[in-house]
Amino acid sequence: MRIGIVCPYSWDVPGGVQFHVRDLAEHLIRRGHDVSVLAPADDDTPLPPYVVSAGRAVPVPYNGSVARLNFGFLSAARVRRWVHDGDFQVLHIHEPAAPSLALLTCWAARGPIVGTFHTSNPRSRAMIAAYPILQPALEKISARIAVSEYARRTLVEHLGGDAVVIPNGVDGGVFADAEPKAEWQGGTIGFVGRIDEPRKGLPVLMRALPRILAARPDTRLLVAGRGDEKEAVAALPREMRDRVEFLGMVSDEDKARLLRSVDLYVAPNTGGESFGIILVEAMSAGAPVLASDLDAFAQVLDGGTAGELFPNEDADALAAAAVRLLGDPARLAELRERGSEHVRRFDWSTVGADILAVYETVTAGAEAVAPDDRAGLLGRLGFSRD
Amino acid sequence: MTTVIWIAAVSVLIALYLSWTAGRLDRLHARIDAARAALDAQLLRRASIAQELATAGVLDPAASMVLYQAAHAARLARDERREVAESELSQALRAVFAETAQVRAVRDAPGGEASAEELVAAVRRVPMARRFHNDAVRAARAVRRHRTVRWFRLAGHAPFPLAFEMDDEPPASLDKFAARAEGPGH
Repeated sequence: MRIGIVCPYSWDVPGGVQFHVRDLAEHLIRRGHDVSVLAPADDDTPLPPYVVSAGRAVPVPYNGSVARLNFGFLSAARVRRWVHDGDFQVLHIHEPAAPSLALLTCWAARGPIVGTFHTSNPRSRAMIAAYPILQPALEKISARIAVSEYARRTLVEHLGGDAVVIPNGVDGGVFADAEPKAEWQGGTIGFVGRIDEPRKGLPVLMRALPRILAARPDTRLLVAGRGDEKEAVAALPREMRDRVEFLGMVSDEDKARLLRSVDLYVAPNTGGESFGIILVEAMSAGAPVLASDLDAFAQVLDGGTAGELFPNEDADALAAAAVRLLGDPARLAELRERGSEHVRRFDWSTVGADILAVYETVTAGAEAVAPDDRAGLLGRLGFSRD
Repeated sequence: MTTVIWIAAVSVLIALYLSWTAGRLDRLHARIDAARAALDAQLLRRASIAQELATAGVLDPAASMVLYQAAHAARLARDERREVAESELSQALRAVFAETAQVRAVRDAPGGEASAEELVAAVRRVPMARRFHNDAVRAARAVRRHRTVRWFRLAGHAPFPLAFEMDDEPPASLDKFAARAEGPGH
């Protein structure tokens, strides 16, 4: 099948959506499909052969933070050319409600379009104002995918309609086969995420740590992620600070080895998560998971059967659960086993098959993707450019 | 003179807007047609594979009869009975494949592996196709409720789109089987 994928965010900036698009494209190529990815990228960034640059994304303030977006005539023209040259059977656009490449593609193309909604942002005023413009573009999407039940709910609330839930994929084998590192083993708790981003929840874990150390003084906390290390341990009593080890930014390989080594993985995130890929990665690596009870996490952990949940932001509950788990090897082994069983549904072989099923459902009997000449006023009046 | 130009300009703009809305509606109707065709194909595929399994002699006679009856009724149901008949087929499939043992019986039969996979694919795709169809219906209805569309009769003679409502919950044992069959071990 000839598949065109649109990634809305800069290829050179690491991020969840970008990784998902990359893994999806590579999975489909391995399965023998013809894939082209359109993504914003600086012109001098080295790109994999399947990626086509849509030009540089411009940083603009949007929705309370600075987003790097593509818009304007130049980007629109590149999108049109890509759609025209690609001769795709299906287009798969990501994050269609963001004012970026995905939206431009919706305008520029007609035919079978699949859209994946990743984030579950609260409805912004810009979105309400743009609704009359957004709606005709989003109407062209013939199949919507949400990455979690939670993302689907917000999508239904904000835009109406419905979507199928297909989780993000994880290459489970990479994590399951990683070699544990001896120095990261033995009474260790793992945490992966930005240190200075409160929503990732490290402060909650730091508040819980004294109680955990009081009950189990041998415990060590391994923290992988960027941020100010001094500030992170500032709230901790001085004598306990050496029980926290900062690993800084780790490579993908080291992340897998870390998850494979720790006795317990803790995800104390306090909000803003729509999926929780790190939990799937931890379970793939066979790490028992203890996570805050965010909607998205509860769903990934199968309502608490594949990993344990504690009330969000409740450091005491986190400490109690961690102490209980670390002192109960049988329960840890059970969680390891349940987790590894449960994550199979997030493996790329399962997720990829589901996404292909969506492609086949929308392309059956439909025409191929083509530039939409009706979109422009000029095309409407007979001055079609192609 | 200026008034004439203004009136002409405004009428051109209104005409453009109306034609654009009509085009938009046309595209939505085409999307519903395609989604409906895809849904029909998936429903037919599911009924066929169910009927095939029912007559293959791999299931016990009682289960075979239940499944055959439901699949047959779903295939022949007229439009107004279709939703009920397809829901009944979903219930029959859930009843027959309530236990993993039945799925294993199908897989162990000669050529059963392929049939089991086809059944898994069919019960997974029916809900997908149905959601895509109903999503298209909702989008078209939202546009058709607009005053402009109703006053200028932009929808033409196209019938008011109806959602396809049915019970499409797949059997739990098949879900697990799918995760295992496509898992990393294979």
